[in-house]
Amino acid sequence: MNAEARVKETQAEASLIEQFSKLAKDQGGLAAETREKAFADFRSAGLPHRRVEEWHYTDLRAKMREAYAPAEGGRTPEVLPAPVDDGPVLRLFIVDGQYRADLGSSAMPEGVTVSSPREVEVKDSLFPSKDAVIDLNTAFCQGGVVVTVAPGTELTEAIEIVHLVTQPETASYSRNRIEIGAQASVLVIERFEGAASDAAYQTNAASEISVGDKARVNIIKLQDEAKAAQHLDSVSIKVGAEADVHHFTLNAGGDLSRTQMFVEFLGEEAKLGCRGISILGSKQHSDVTLFVDHAVPNCESRELYKSVIDEKARCVFQGKIVVRPDAQKTDGQMMVQSLLLSEEAEVNAKPELEIFADDVQCAHGSTTGDIDEDLLFYLRARGIPEADARKMLILAFLAEAVEETENDRVIALLESKVRALLGAEEYAE
Amino acid sequence: MAAVQETIDQVKAIDVDQYKYGFVTDIESELAPKGLNEDIIRFISEKKGEPEWMFQWRLDAFKRWQTMIEPSWARVSYPKIDFQELHYYAAPKKKEGLKSLDEVDPEILETYKKLGIPLAEQEILAGVAPENRVAVDAVFDSVSVATTFKEELAKAGVIFCPISEAIRDYPDLVKKYLGSVVPISDNYYATLNSAVFSDGSFVYVPEGVRCPMELSTYFRINEQNTGQFERTLIIADKGAYVSYLEGCTAPQRDENQLHAAVVELVALDDAEIKYSTVQNWYPGDSEGKGGIYNFVTKRGDCRGKNSKIAWTQVETGSAITWKYPSCILRGDNSVGEFYSIAISNGHQQIDSGTKMIHLGKNTSSRIISKGISAGVSENTYRGQVSAHRKATNARNFTQCDSLLIGDKCGAHTVPYIESKNATAVFEHEATTSKISDDQMFYCQARGLDEEEAVALIVNGFVRDVIQQLPMEFAVEAQKLIGISLEGSVG
Repeated sequence: MNAEARVKETQAEASLIEQFSKLAKDQGGLAAETREKAFADFRSAGLPHRRVEEWHYTDLRAKMREAYAPAEGGRTPEVLPAPVDDGPVLRLFIVDGQYRADLGSSAMPEGVTVSSPREVEVKDSLFPSKDAVIDLNTAFCQGGVVVTVAPGTELTEAIEIVHLVTQPETASYSRNRIEIGAQASVLVIERFEGAASDAAYQTNAASEISVGDKARVNIIKLQDEAKAAQHLDSVSIKVGAEADVHHFTLNAGGDLSRTQMFVEFLGEEAKLGCRGISILGSKQHSDVTLFVDHAVPNCESRELYKSVIDEKARCVFQGKIVVRPDAQKTDGQMMVQSLLLSEEAEVNAKPELEIFADDVQCAHGSTTGDIDEDLLFYLRARGIPEADARKMLILAFLAEAVEETENDRVIALLESKVRALLGAEEYAE
Repeated sequence: MAAVQETIDQVKAIDVDQYKYGFVTDIESELAPKGLNEDIIRFISEKKGEPEWMFQWRLDAFKRWQTMIEPSWARVSYPKIDFQELHYYAAPKKKEGLKSLDEVDPEILETYKKLGIPLAEQEILAGVAPENRVAVDAVFDSVSVATTFKEELAKAGVIFCPISEAIRDYPDLVKKYLGSVVPISDNYYATLNSAVFSDGSFVYVPEGVRCPMELSTYFRINEQNTGQFERTLIIADKGAYVSYLEGCTAPQRDENQLHAAVVELVALDDAEIKYSTVQNWYPGDSEGKGGIYNFVTKRGDCRGKNSKIAWTQVETGSAITWKYPSCILRGDNSVGEFYSIAISNGHQQIDSGTKMIHLGKNTSSRIISKGISAGVSENTYRGQVSAHRKATNARNFTQCDSLLIGDKCGAHTVPYIESKNATAVFEHEATTSKISDDQMFYCQARGLDEEEAVALIVNGFVRDVIQQLPMEFAVEAQKLIGISLEGSVG
């Protein structure tokens, strides 16, 4: 039972080994030795499985039956998706794992520079822990984008990074970096979409985001991959002193998706809000894993994740707040709430606290259940058909997470997205 | 207020980091040779006069154990245990033809007297009203040395005896239930226990019987370099009720000692089992040297409809605690409860919690866990609540609160919430905080000194759990809380 079975290589692992041996290792601005090192680390651990605590509920070894070969670069999608809202926007496209300067906004405003990742950036990675998926990203990295926002820049445009896949049965590995200078103010919208809606493909993205002191940052991730896609996204955020950072994940697409976030406070008096909504159906498996490291005193973090799970879908939330020995006066509150809409839906939540300082206020909560029958009855008694009443209650349940982002543009954008996903546009105010 | 005052007195009465039960009983023991192999298992089995099937059962467990590796997922760290350096059997040398309590070695009687455990029946009768009587099974190292009130319990049809006796006298019951809740291959320490367990208590409460008194087992480790592996099996037949108490202490020794127990509870239709533990094994000295490794598997099976199992624990001792008393809510409408106070001070490490596995319809569970860490200790709550597909209308409420005293300790909460049923409603809340300056100021402004104020606030913090303990234990537990936090202020 407890035997640490070092299982033989899976088909996917064998394919990865073969693909790596054929890989042109000097592309994408990365040194061959960096790739070799990352791949060696990956090989020694293999694909993560349920005995790896961080991957307990998402057994990648079992779920990743095949590993598709890295996509070839240079293809241009037939249609580019329209911007997500009507607001001013700077568009950046990453197609099949590579940054395509030719497709996006041609000129950047003052204070914003865009380039491809360079060796130095991947080498001093901001990711704190060893993780097989991040190792794979480093080993196979095809490119990505580096965005820097100069200190003091107040951007009126949102930076929209759109990840597209044009070829079915391929894998794309992009490595992105966003550096936001002190006192800058930025809205980043990151979108993941597949070209064909029924294509099977794999995305392994990694983003490193550093936020300077007193900067105000809003990051919205819209995960709308094709239904058969596998989506793995690793995000690292370093938060400077007195910064105000909001991150929001909207999970809707993909057969398998995992967003793993590593947030660390570098300076005092910073505020962090991590929120998200997952709307799942069919046999989708969606995982949000969050690691918040209160490394310094006097910081505040709020985590709120809501999920609506229908049919045979499975939702995983793992959240860990760590308060280091000297991080006194930390205020951390985590909440995870799930609505199970069908007999076969499943939710696994693991909200964790790890606390080494005594003068702190930390709490977490978790609720799981179906729509409240009493509320449903109340609405139906007032003549609202059951289906509509259910939609209204689901919207109300999700609204809290959206409203807490405290940014009008973000709220409007997320509200319209959520309504569209639930087929509840008619409730728009 | 009276109870608080008592705590304060208790704290004052003893010196810093003095463990009250740390004395050693000087008694001649019979030890099995060090190490673990098939011969040792045969030795234990023969010592116990066990039938062949029992020996085969042990052997099966031993073979499985050899293929397993020690679990490392718990948030505790300790040097590797050399399982070949332990004695797996230690028993006080027996005098021939022991018939009554009077013939138990006076040294042992003296030990239990010092521990405050009455082994002589008349002693209990003298002081306490009859309804407060407690029947005691005293386990000394690897053997049960005395069981009180056996006859009176037998009149009610209740079987209360050492498990070694039950294997001989009630083989059908033992065969039917032993290993049915914690299978022999369950986990590393449970499997080890299945191979080498030496004694423990066996309780069978027949259909419709409300056990006329509290049952209790008192575990004492005395001998050096021994592991204590006791096994407890409690069966409440249809409509039965039993309340069971467990206490434990060990001498102060420099080296670590292993305690790997297995407790199995079975509640059939409409039965109720209440299991309370006050765990006060030697926690090691102020440098973190010595102390007991308490690696225990406790699980209750609500097998019948409308059955109920409640675990209450006060964990103050042991260098390392690794313990998850769990409930399998198999029967429809069954109820599981877990109330815990876990206090860690000095270098103690606790990784404890519970599992509530909802399988039947309309099952409900409640978890109240209060963790207090002081000194340089680590205190982790790890709990799982799961609802299976068919667990319609399962309901759970969990509350875990942690209190930190001092800035060198850690408090951690690791809940696993797994729901596969839309009608299941699970709520979990956890908080971590320290005793606030406001609370301290309020108390001190009213004339309490610092230690009194802390004791008062802590007693308030753990009150929800203390209330669940039987009377006899509640007082002891309250005192223990005072002692465990001794010296942690200022």
